[in-house]
Amino acid sequence: MPRGALSAAALAATLSLALASCSSSSEPAPGAEGTGGGKPLVVGVTSDPDTLFPWKATQFQAVNVLQNLYGTLTEFDKDLNVVPGLAESWDASEDGKTLTLKLRQGVTFADGSAFDSADVKSSLDKIMDEKTAAVARASLSSVKSVEAPDAATVVLTLSTPDAALPANLATVNMAMLSSDDTEEKLSATPNGTGPFKLGKRVPSQSLTLTRNDAYWGAEKAKSPAVEFRVIPDESSIVSAMQSGNVQLAVFNDPLVAQTAEGGGTITVAKTPQLNYHVLQLNARRGELGDVNVRLAVQCAIDRKQVLDTAALGQGEVTGPNTAPAFKSDPDKRPCPARDLAKAADYLGKAGKSGGVTIKTIVSQGEYATSVNEAQNLKAQLAEAKINLDLEVLESGAFVDRWVAADFDAAVALNGGRPDPDGSYGRYFTSDGNLNKVAGYSSDKLDKLFAEGKATTDQAARKAIYDQVAAELEDNAAWIWLFSGYTYTATTAGVQGFTPMANGSLQSLRATSVS
Amino acid sequence: MRALLRNRVVRRAAGTAGTLFGVAVFVFVMLRAIPGNQITAGLGTEAAALTPAQQAALERYYGLDRPLVAQFFAWLGNMFTGNFGYSARNQQSVLDLTLRSLPVTVELAVLSIVLALLIGVPLGMLAASRANSARDALGQVVSLAGLSIPAFLLATTLLSVFAASFGFNPNGQGFATLAEDPLLNLRQMVLPALVLGFGIAAPILRTTRAAVLEVRSEDFVRTARAKGVPERRLQVRHVLGNALVPIVTMTGLQFGYLLGGAVVVEQIFSVPGIGRQVLLGIQQKEYAVVQSTVLVIALAFVLVNLLTDVLYRVIDPRVRAS
Repeated sequence: MPRGALSAAALAATLSLALASCSSSSEPAPGAEGTGGGKPLVVGVTSDPDTLFPWKATQFQAVNVLQNLYGTLTEFDKDLNVVPGLAESWDASEDGKTLTLKLRQGVTFADGSAFDSADVKSSLDKIMDEKTAAVARASLSSVKSVEAPDAATVVLTLSTPDAALPANLATVNMAMLSSDDTEEKLSATPNGTGPFKLGKRVPSQSLTLTRNDAYWGAEKAKSPAVEFRVIPDESSIVSAMQSGNVQLAVFNDPLVAQTAEGGGTITVAKTPQLNYHVLQLNARRGELGDVNVRLAVQCAIDRKQVLDTAALGQGEVTGPNTAPAFKSDPDKRPCPARDLAKAADYLGKAGKSGGVTIKTIVSQGEYATSVNEAQNLKAQLAEAKINLDLEVLESGAFVDRWVAADFDAAVALNGGRPDPDGSYGRYFTSDGNLNKVAGYSSDKLDKLFAEGKATTDQAARKAIYDQVAAELEDNAAWIWLFSGYTYTATTAGVQGFTPMANGSLQSLRATSVS
Repeated sequence: MRALLRNRVVRRAAGTAGTLFGVAVFVFVMLRAIPGNQITAGLGTEAAALTPAQQAALERYYGLDRPLVAQFFAWLGNMFTGNFGYSARNQQSVLDLTLRSLPVTVELAVLSIVLALLIGVPLGMLAASRANSARDALGQVVSLAGLSIPAFLLATTLLSVFAASFGFNPNGQGFATLAEDPLLNLRQMVLPALVLGFGIAAPILRTTRAAVLEVRSEDFVRTARAKGVPERRLQVRHVLGNALVPIVTMTGLQFGYLLGGAVVVEQIFSVPGIGRQVLLGIQQKEYAVVQSTVLVIALAFVLVNLLTDVLYRVIDPRVRAS
């Protein structure tokens, strides 16, 4: 057996001993680990990353890990404002068609090589190349060319002004890679500019990050190592926390969060999410082509009831925009409260007083509340003579049907983004790459989204996306229901962790265990 | 005689090969009948945003662009050369993954069987020693409990009771193999083996009881007793000795099932065995992982059956004669 495995087991044993003694008294930690002291932090996760290549990572666990290994040109702070990352500053030209980025100097990759503008150009060019199959390609659709006039400068030439671009550059799918690296190499050995480096990996069991002492940030990571330990069952994570083997975990299931809190040794923090639960309507199919039918659906649903019955009331009723800076007023819609009489009116206007049937797909097992939501919606809509014909599918089958837009309606949990253009531009513009799935577009929306991208003034952008939200709600493109929480569970002694609305674990670098 | 034996060996080998080929075809077809592939499993709904060129690039990367029949025979041919395929998710060959997870499951299965025998055989004998008495009823209750309490319930209950009340949860730590840290390994195996062993103890108990009752009513036992063989010796040597055949068969069968991976128990206790490897493979639609692992499991099952066969030929001369 390799020595690494032995020392990891020894480490785990020491750790459990140390924790066992911690629970009874506050003895000082025996023997500081690694450079700069501190104790390793163990994070409980239900599965390990499905890929270590940042441009293709969409799985939550993968994104969480990679975000700590790789750097991006811009970053989000804890309130999801865009702040400098590998780019110290950026300037848009007068006409908005050129974006000039000044790069941070003295940054190195984990392998010791220097980061410069050639790496940025090569990264962005490859992300835009279809052959790479990078998932963030569409976010660069406004970029015509990338130039690197000197080592510290990158100039993006745009076809249209793009105010959402700085925010789009902040996701780990836009990670900056060394121009010498290949996907094949990085899939096994990540090489980023982040606060951590990859330590040891045991497939399906654990993945350990170690502190990057050469990290450019003012503050190096507080813990010498962060281990993501795979414990497939969420309630097993809770018992691992109770016995001190794991110190931090993020739960999505409100029920598990409640159990965790019940013991008294675990603290659970609730964070509202950008994600939103929604009944997606496909306006290009059957009865739903008529706006009156869609409005009838909208009026027949009490969103608070869905939230209360399906998610134990854990969340907030929402409209389209969930990002803090652009938040929609959830009551700005044709029927802010459930109104069965109005629903009947709309059905009458559509000539469907006798009722309609809507084929609805539901995913089983992708997230905890899906089936309960669907059943509550079905019960509520039945009272308005709208029959939701539920098709509960295994998540692979759901994805297949969803991707092909093969549904009248879909009960879905969609990921929101800090910028509304990032969230909805791809869905509700005629040439958006998810428009087929969204099932709705209009000239007015196309115009509004274009305006939103061309406007840099924050207040003006907010006004534009309010109009987008109103347009979506008035036409009942979809029925927005609620946003849930994520639950960050920590044991005593964990300090410095800040949960974020996009679910990011980027503050692991500031987290320590005593 | 030798020709007869050779004939039998050839027939047996042909049967085994046929079974394994059948399993291979079945797994291959079923896996592709499940909606979704590695691309949608990895990207989720994000796969809707792929352009046709991106889609094609990914299909080439995962080898999904080749015809199914070609995929099948390429995989099967590679298996013969010891190439079980590659897991893109783990960046490791499936053979390496299997060599890591199979011993874990074998160890768990052996421990579970030992526990099951330790519970099942004595209780079965006890129950048979006085049929329809209070001890018999006790045996019935234990076996009923073993059969009817679902593994996941017993597992989560044990885990939360031990963790919450005694702080005993070796399974929340990184997994240690027997070679790395025998003590921690055994501590980590105790609860899962107990859960599995308790479930298997029930059929073993019942088999033991029935076999003992049957053997006891046979002539040679009465003869032995009449000749004054001491009761203890009679029970162990004559009765249990002869009741062993059905017990061995039953144990072999259960062992075979356990090698298929006790998925639920491995999942709850985070034991990185072969059952979890298959489960993860299915979730991620990693065709090579699932196909090759299932074939390995099938092979193990066939071998265990063969071994059981041989074993009861050794125990029971009558089987040998026929």
